[in-house]
Amino acid sequence: MTTTALTGHFDATKVPEAKKPNAGFDWGRLIRYGLLLLFLVIVLIPVYVLLVTSFKGVGDADPSRAWLPPQEWTLENWKVALLGSKSGEYGKIFPVLPALGRTLAMVVPAAIISSFLGSMNGFVLARWRFPYANVVFTLILFGMFIPYQAVMVPLYKIMIQMQSNWGLPSGIPTLALLHIIYGIPITTLIFRNYYQSVPQELMEASRVDGAGMIRTYVSVVLPISIPSFVVVLIWQFTSAWNDFLFASFFGGNAETQAPVTVTLNAIAHGSMMTNYGVSMAAALLASVPTLVVYIFLGKYFVGGLMSGSVKG
Amino acid sequence: MRRTRILAAVGAGALLLGLAACGDSKDSSDSGKDSTGGKQVEVFTWWTSGSEALGLEEIEKVLKDKYPDIKFVNGGVTGGGGSAKDLLQTRLAAGEPPDTFQVHAGKEAQDYIDAKQVEDVSDLYDRFGLTDVFPQDLIDMLTQDGKIYTIPSNVHRANVLWAAIPVLEAAGLPTDSAQFASIDEFIAALDKIKAATPDVTPLSVGGTWCQVHLLETVLIAELGAPAYNGLFDGSTDWAGAEVKGALEKFGKLMSYTNADRDSMDWEPASQMLLDGKAAFNIMGDWVPALLDSKNLVAGKDYLYAASPGTEGIYDFLADSFSRTVGAPDKAGAEAWLDVISSKEGQIGFNKVKGSIPARTDIDLAAEGFSEYQQSAAESFKSDTIVGSIQHGAAATIKQGADANNAVSKFTTGAMDAAGLATLQQELAAAFAG
Amino acid sequence: MTRIKRYVPPILLISPSLVLVGIFVYYLIFGSVQLSTTDTHSFPQFAGTVPHENVGIDNFVELLRSKDFQHSLKNLLLYTAIFITGTMFFGFLWAWLLDRRSRAEGVFRSLYLFPMAVSSVAAGVVWRWLLNANQGKDASGLNRLFQATGLGFLENGWTTSVSFGIAAIAMPAIWQMSGYVMALFLAGFRGIPGELREAARMDGAKEWQIYRHVLFPQLSPVALSALIILGHMSLKVFDLIVSVTDYRFYPTKAPAVDMANYMNTGDYANAAAVGVILLLVILVLIVPYLIHTAREDRK
Repeated sequence: MTTTALTGHFDATKVPEAKKPNAGFDWGRLIRYGLLLLFLVIVLIPVYVLLVTSFKGVGDADPSRAWLPPQEWTLENWKVALLGSKSGEYGKIFPVLPALGRTLAMVVPAAIISSFLGSMNGFVLARWRFPYANVVFTLILFGMFIPYQAVMVPLYKIMIQMQSNWGLPSGIPTLALLHIIYGIPITTLIFRNYYQSVPQELMEASRVDGAGMIRTYVSVVLPISIPSFVVVLIWQFTSAWNDFLFASFFGGNAETQAPVTVTLNAIAHGSMMTNYGVSMAAALLASVPTLVVYIFLGKYFVGGLMSGSVKG
Repeated sequence: MRRTRILAAVGAGALLLGLAACGDSKDSSDSGKDSTGGKQVEVFTWWTSGSEALGLEEIEKVLKDKYPDIKFVNGGVTGGGGSAKDLLQTRLAAGEPPDTFQVHAGKEAQDYIDAKQVEDVSDLYDRFGLTDVFPQDLIDMLTQDGKIYTIPSNVHRANVLWAAIPVLEAAGLPTDSAQFASIDEFIAALDKIKAATPDVTPLSVGGTWCQVHLLETVLIAELGAPAYNGLFDGSTDWAGAEVKGALEKFGKLMSYTNADRDSMDWEPASQMLLDGKAAFNIMGDWVPALLDSKNLVAGKDYLYAASPGTEGIYDFLADSFSRTVGAPDKAGAEAWLDVISSKEGQIGFNKVKGSIPARTDIDLAAEGFSEYQQSAAESFKSDTIVGSIQHGAAATIKQGADANNAVSKFTTGAMDAAGLATLQQELAAAFAG
Repeated sequence: MTRIKRYVPPILLISPSLVLVGIFVYYLIFGSVQLSTTDTHSFPQFAGTVPHENVGIDNFVELLRSKDFQHSLKNLLLYTAIFITGTMFFGFLWAWLLDRRSRAEGVFRSLYLFPMAVSSVAAGVVWRWLLNANQGKDASGLNRLFQATGLGFLENGWTTSVSFGIAAIAMPAIWQMSGYVMALFLAGFRGIPGELREAARMDGAKEWQIYRHVLFPQLSPVALSALIILGHMSLKVFDLIVSVTDYRFYPTKAPAVDMANYMNTGDYANAAAVGVILLLVILVLIVPYLIHTAREDRK
């Protein structure tokens, strides 16, 4: 039952909500909005602290004054966080801007490639099956659940060898490769579930036409995969963007090579003095790209989840 | 049906493992492939931010002057020593070592020595003439079976008491000196602060590592230098009454500290002094970098002194470098070691970092070092030198980590007699091996 | 023959992924298991300059006996329970509130999802402040907010409690992931055909009966996926702990933090052993799920 529970309701967004015959003032609605707003405020509390602190001067940015608005608004923290600082009042601070660029260069190919791998795997496992396809699926899926620390030491050895023997560049390219590899299980899972929910007849038809597997995949499957691609891309984008564990091992130099989480960590928990205002500005800057993705693709994210990717 | 499935799974797994093994069989025998591509030195440090990073740039400049044909490659990583050491170890294990790496001088280097990952650099001590310019105490501490494995670049002092003059004034305490002859005397002063200004934290402290730092200064004060040193060679009993007494004092001191200690690093804790929120802070001598950045003046705004009961003792920690076994570029590593131990290198680095040179042949006043640095250098020459536990001079990485675990468990618990007993027991176990 | 021919293309298509997963998951797990059965407790042994021996399951026995590791496991259990309950609760509640075609739904949805966009490292920067342990006159962070809003009785020491400090770490985690669970449930709600609800209403079912008999059964697969995703995230909790507190801070220790600490001190055998224990825990959770999926597929 579970696999078919959500099947075939792509138009769910258009399902009309039943209008309640309701005369007079709608108290339920008021309470509902009240609650929604209350939760919104709670969710935004940390964001408020991040924001106001990022505009505070050095003495002002202190935990004891967390809730107060800045005594004097300043953009200096943002400037220093973006462009870095060599010396002087702020000491040495790594710039976030180039780190954002590097992270983008890592995340975009990683998300796209692992999505395509997942899509191919999902298609094969759901619709062009071979003996023991289920076993293979289970073996792949299990990869999603390993605690990465458990494999870090041997993994590091393998990556170092790939770097020295095959010329794999360290830093961003190495990380992109890792995010592709460890993204395979979840992308496969999501696509397989999605394709399983696609009416079989669609693909059977092309099979009858004598179309080969690749042709079926390219001309029939890919075009209907958009909703799942959105979900998978967003998921991969976010998890690769926010990853710290791999980044801290394989990121290389925090100033010139590493993705933004490492740079941020160096700013926020550097071994010497921490500037809170700059840290918070940097934390916000590091979150901007994912935020943009959520704002512009959020609607499709939910839509994509709906179209069959969330089943157990 | 089910059985065949399981068989298939096992078979597939075995096949994959076989594949994996083939892929991995190529050994990293050709490490050092970079050595042909021009001379360079890859330096692995965790000096990635703040004044340390600036100091590193100073050393780079000296390297450029002295060895213009050697390219500096910064192998530095994420801030924080913890993950840095981890990463370094993994690189060493993978047979891809940097040419030289940072390590706390003393016991912390022991692991690398035992693992035969660092080379004996006694020859360099002779070549660079370091034997005569480093204090004998320091060289003794670095020497093992007649061999020296690391070269210190800078020296810090851990046992320093910092005091906020305005707060002392308000509590009616003397404002000309913060020297206390014993922990008990210090506790009397803390009581006065508590009584006179109940809003002020008498003694500020940061998270776990700062608490271990505090503990070691208490151990030095209560045991004295010889017995403290004895803790690390077995001649003083960790489980004995002396240590128990010191731990009780430590527990007492913790009762004067800020409740939010565990949510801060050393810096906010020291910052409490200049905000008038705390009277005293015991921390290493990287504190002036913070105070001076806020334009505070020693003697006018704050006082410093050897931590209570440790006058005449210099609880040292030092960063040092070595030549890595299997370093891709040996000449580069030696150039680096030359630079960090040279006069120019030590002056450039330490002036910015706020530490003092390990060399004793530098006139700090003439080179424009701060008043604090000058006084610290004087003490370094004349005091009895002991090693820091928290900062790796007297404890191996594992011992330090175990001490941190034990202290955190104690200070977040009830801090009662049972907790003390556990603390002592765990410390004894940590240093037993 | 034709059948085999038919199987070749799909196997070819999937084989790159299989090889990668084989190496980067199974081969590495194999290596960890091997390491966990040795006495590689120091850097020199790991580097191979001092020999190590096979000790079978000794490491596991000792770990499971150690009070400190039991504390970590207890923490993990507590964290998982609170994190999952919290995210499922808020995620469901928000989805339920938003399901009725609210105006400005998009705004609410994006903002509720926002914390998921914030990395643990960034979240740690601000939550370290919010969870400040000072109370009374020195209070800052959430404790100060409680005072200001008349909720002073809620003030507490957050992460500093040895028994419940880990629960405070679950708060930022709930903050981060509730939005995601909301999106899942929202998708679940929207996936339920309107006719179903309508039909139930026609039959005279009360609103709660509709939920009980129509909506909840339809949502259970969504809840199951959410549980699986949250569960495996929870077991790996690491970034958040070390950014909000510290590697060595006793009250908030968890197995993944222990593993990092063991690695830092050269105790690779115990690090691997902790990893294997986590893996076993995950297996226990995941195998029923996998069996369940496989069974559903057969239908």
